Amino acid sequence: MTQPRILMCRPSYFGIEYEINPWMNVHSGADAVLAVQQWEGLRRLLVDAGAAIEEVTPIAGLPDLVFTANAGLVFRERVIVSRFRHAQRQGEEPHLRNWFHRHGYTIEATPDGTYFEGAGDALFCGETLIAGYRIRSDALGHQRIGARLGCRVLPVELVNDSFYHLDTCFCPLSPTTAIWYPAALDEYGRRAIAGAVEHLIEVDDEEARRFACNAVVVGRNVITNTGCDALAAQLASRGYIHQQTPLGEFTKAGGSAKCLTLRLDGEDAAVWRVSTMPSSVAAEAPISETRSTTT
Amino acid sequence: MTSGINPTNSEPSATPVVPLYRDEVEVSGHIIDSLILPKVLDIITAAGGSFQIKTITIGHGRNDPSYARIEVTAPGRALLEEILSHIADHGAVPVAQQDCRRAAADMDGAFPEGFYSTTNQRTEVRVAGEWIAVADQEMDCGIVITADPPAARCVPMADLRRGERVVVGHAGVRVFPPARSAERDGFEFMASDVSTEKPKGVIIREIAAELLRCRRENRNVVVVGGPAIIHTGSGKYLCELIRDGYVQVLLAGNALATHDIEQAMFGTSLGVHLEHGGIVDAGHEHHLRAINRIRRAGGIRPAVTSGLLTHGVMYECVRHGVEYVLAGSIRDDGPLTDVVTDALEAQRLMRSAVRDAGFCLMIATTLHSIAVGNLLPASVKVVCADINPSTVIKLADRGSFQTVGLVTDVEPFMRSLVAELQAAAPARSVPHEAPQP
Repeated sequence: MTQPRILMCRPSYFGIEYEINPWMNVHSGADAVLAVQQWEGLRRLLVDAGAAIEEVTPIAGLPDLVFTANAGLVFRERVIVSRFRHAQRQGEEPHLRNWFHRHGYTIEATPDGTYFEGAGDALFCGETLIAGYRIRSDALGHQRIGARLGCRVLPVELVNDSFYHLDTCFCPLSPTTAIWYPAALDEYGRRAIAGAVEHLIEVDDEEARRFACNAVVVGRNVITNTGCDALAAQLASRGYIHQQTPLGEFTKAGGSAKCLTLRLDGEDAAVWRVSTMPSSVAAEAPISETRSTTT
Repeated sequence: MTSGINPTNSEPSATPVVPLYRDEVEVSGHIIDSLILPKVLDIITAAGGSFQIKTITIGHGRNDPSYARIEVTAPGRALLEEILSHIADHGAVPVAQQDCRRAAADMDGAFPEGFYSTTNQRTEVRVAGEWIAVADQEMDCGIVITADPPAARCVPMADLRRGERVVVGHAGVRVFPPARSAERDGFEFMASDVSTEKPKGVIIREIAAELLRCRRENRNVVVVGGPAIIHTGSGKYLCELIRDGYVQVLLAGNALATHDIEQAMFGTSLGVHLEHGGIVDAGHEHHLRAINRIRRAGGIRPAVTSGLLTHGVMYECVRHGVEYVLAGSIRDDGPLTDVVTDALEAQRLMRSAVRDAGFCLMIATTLHSIAVGNLLPASVKVVCADINPSTVIKLADRGSFQTVGLVTDVEPFMRSLVAELQAAAPARSVPHEAPQP
């Protein structure tokens, strides 16, 4: 089996320099040293879980570049690089495009006239791309991306500004199972997800605000911020290995474990990864030196 | 009357209708599974607008996207804009924001792939930001755009020429359903499923009113007729309609003209004497002899001029300048010299003949009725009188929704119609008569 590969960005220039979501407060700021420690802690857990980590170079003045989940949507050897809604993050785009280009991905533009914030708002669960819209990404863009990739897309409306990306309220664990916080979605979105995902693990308000849904999944390992004990119990009963690691400096910016990562070889929950990954990527994607093919 | 409340869009009423503003949007993707489509529709109605789904295509497989084209209407420009803005957030985008897309025909007689297939309803296309009306509206055609000044017209497949610019896709095309009258008129009343139970007297009175209106407004009335008009002895009523200026175009086949001429020359129709109903010796040959005489004369018109043909429906057509097209079929005897045996050429002539039609009366013919129904825009009212209900049903099934069906024997229908017209307008006011041939 191919080793999971995850893109991260060291928080060398991370900080709260602007406010583009309700979590951010420039006056409170973030502790830079602590942030690096927390990021290292997460990275270590991912490596321990068997993932190979690739890193995009941090850039001064782009504090949110650490949130690599928002870099784009990877689909096999293709990537749709994000077009950020807020000007404060748009400077990340050329940098990310460059990284994907250098690593052999076929880069595709976001559909004209639409915003799209990558795996922050578009997550495969089984054959379906569940896609959050309204706050950061646009429904129309999701529909067009779905048409382009030839996959089923279910755009779901996000209605709570604190859960401004889909990955803050929904996390596929497998093709048939996901964690979610339904209160962040409108009624249609809840019904659409309930119709598409067989097993849904609901988190409560308190743990949702601890970013319980912003989990990184590597095989049976699920990593979240601390303070998610109720979720831990639910995951344990389903046979998942749940690990909690402090990420408080990042939650001040509205992101947590999942936001700090981008799965480059396809999430475990994506059917296309299981069905095609070994041959197509191994053959076609000249990914970097850190890539490993050990089993 | 129940109230002064504004009527809904779907209920005709005597209450004046508030002007409606409309625009079309399209939404595509997995709009059923994601509930985006019901959500968009809910938003429209919750905001005080209404909608009509003009086109919907549902994906067959799990990964196949669906498509819906929705007409949004609202009783105010501002409200419409608000609704459009709201539903745009969910991926429903106005079709009107785009010009229509065009592709050059790469061969004669066939459209480019993806061509826009027309309906019989009033249509506009957007070219260089301006909406222009599509001329010669007809169902099952393509739309050809010409420049200087920009113009659009329906063109049948067979008539397309290489290099003509054809509209492809749905973007930049809008279709207007037939306007609903604020007031219930006879045709609204009749516009329901075909039935043998309708009060025919009321309907025939309404048809008479239409014929009078057309004559008053100088609009063309098209009659599409089958040979049963002659077999049932109703030819004389059609002659009266022609003489009184109620008919400007006759569309028929070889049979109607043949049996009409047979009747004029021999007094029989398919060998049956129309006066006493008896079978005449060698009467079965009469229609062939009639055809032969017309062919020898060089056609119906020369036969009238020479005095060979002295009465009957075709005689009256020639005498009164009624344009007629006789379209041939595979089983025709003869046929008469005037019969157009090239089906495409017959279509072209019929298309040209119905272009300015104000009303169309189809009597006792299935194939010709369907053919003409296909050619007429939805704005032309059609009455189809036939003993066979399936004729009317077939017309409606093929998209001629403007058709009112009247299940009746031809003779009493024609007799009642002529009587109704004579009662309404005993003296002929404006003769349509053409110069004597």
